[in-house]
Amino acid sequence: MMLRDWFPNVNMDDMWTATYETLYMTIISVIGTLLLGIMLGLLLFLTERGNLLQNSMVNSATASVVNIFRAIPFIILILLLFPFTDFLMGTNRGPKAALPALIIGAAPFYARLVEIAFKEVDKGVIEAAKSMGAKTHTIIFKVLLPESMPALISGITVTAINLISYTAMAGVIGAGGLGDLAYMKGFQRRDVDVVFACTIFIVIIVFIFQFIGDALSRKADKR
Amino acid sequence: MMISIKQLSKLYRMKSQNVQAVDDVTLDIKRGDIFGVIGYSGAGKSTFIRLINRLEEPTQGQVMINDTNITELSVNKLRKERQKIGMIFQHFNLLWSRTVYENIAFPLEIAGVTKQKRRDKVLELIELVGLSGREQSYPSQLSGGQKQRVGIARALANDPDVLLCDEATSALDPETTDDILNLLVSINQKLNLTIIMITHEMHVIQKICHRVAVMDQGKVVEQGDVLDVFVKPQSKTAKRFVQQLNPLEHNQDSLKPFITKEENSEVVKLHFIGNDAKRALISNVLKTFDIEINILQGSISPTQEGTYGTLYVELDGNRSVIDETIKFIQSSGVEVEVIDDVT
Repeated sequence: MMLRDWFPNVNMDDMWTATYETLYMTIISVIGTLLLGIMLGLLLFLTERGNLLQNSMVNSATASVVNIFRAIPFIILILLLFPFTDFLMGTNRGPKAALPALIIGAAPFYARLVEIAFKEVDKGVIEAAKSMGAKTHTIIFKVLLPESMPALISGITVTAINLISYTAMAGVIGAGGLGDLAYMKGFQRRDVDVVFACTIFIVIIVFIFQFIGDALSRKADKR
Repeated sequence: MMISIKQLSKLYRMKSQNVQAVDDVTLDIKRGDIFGVIGYSGAGKSTFIRLINRLEEPTQGQVMINDTNITELSVNKLRKERQKIGMIFQHFNLLWSRTVYENIAFPLEIAGVTKQKRRDKVLELIELVGLSGREQSYPSQLSGGQKQRVGIARALANDPDVLLCDEATSALDPETTDDILNLLVSINQKLNLTIIMITHEMHVIQKICHRVAVMDQGKVVEQGDVLDVFVKPQSKTAKRFVQQLNPLEHNQDSLKPFITKEENSEVVKLHFIGNDAKRALISNVLKTFDIEINILQGSISPTQEGTYGTLYVELDGNRSVIDETIKFIQSSGVEVEVIDDVT
């Protein structure tokens, strides 16, 4: 078979296992990032001057944390979080061990996108909700979140794609997945075909995420 | 008295300067009235209407609605109270993510109304504002007028006592504006709803309001029955608004070419107010007095409180007959204003 000739060193069982690990890390960390990011984004938005829960102390504290974590290169963040990961997950190796670093690395970035999405919500609509006697949590869940949904979805799509490349980086220090496979089996042993096969798989995963994200965002947008 | 506003003020403190957006406003509004507040942009009328339901916190003063002191309510009680104060907006402020049905249901969800009751109420309101069949449309699929109808239905959902309208027709074309104004009048009559209407358009006031307050630089410079303000505007701002409505009438220079004689004639402006506007006064005068009447210009404006008309005529005849004629017209209830500077 042709594929065998082009990819002599590729073991399909390894590839599928690695793909599964990459997907596992990506999906779980996307969910974690979504929750943490929306919470941080809400906090940033609501505590802003002139907003519902105006509080400059909380606002600048949150903004500092978000900025600091966004400034740390991901590969260094993993190393910094080693002890924390050990404590939380009981291990420093495998896909599970990568999750804290992935979420903490991506959530601040997503939080900024969430904040921007909320800022885009028509102030008049929030005012209208207030004039009807809505509570803050009603405004959050029934106005802010639904009215910013397309931007929240496209934001998490961009973040998910970042996370896929983060998982590959995490692979280099033993988190498993396609990045790990490309580095250990491909790069270290000079089996370029393995690196190439992993690249193709990752690109396909990225395309699928982008496609799903675009479709969901379009579906949510009734403007 | 339905709404009583006392010495209401709002001061914005800013770095470089303080802005007195609303300055010591005192107003009383009767139940069932359509009360207009007119002013140019920057006059503070938008801030004023937001002080009523405390979307903006007043710096000073008091707002009483139905004997409830709005300005003293706690946050929780204010939220409850707001459910009884509907509000509509210039840009409609509908949630694009919700259908017409869901938009109207929103205030009912906030008030904790059960799903079944919500359904009945929403369908009733959709019927009331004439949007039957559009329940499942999204706002983006509606015209401006239809969006404002959704806004009105939404504002009425919790059976409010008061409806606040913030430039509710300013984003609409003239025809749609008329439709929306007619809808507001019919709601006002059907539900005996008190309406406060902010606008910069005099014809809106003329068409639907019973009483009007004129705002300038945060102050109410004039208030009263719409007809009175129309006939005899006192303040400069009110005069400008009345003029803007009927620019021809106030340009007395344009009368000059039509005046036939310089002597033995008098140019007068007649004010027909309310039912007087319906009588055949001129032919009556002609039958009674030996006098020529040259009609120069006339106009008529319908308002909620009756019709208001003006007529410029030149009376030509004996001095004494002219004086008698003027007395006769005055005694029939029509006001006569002698215009000196034209002749």
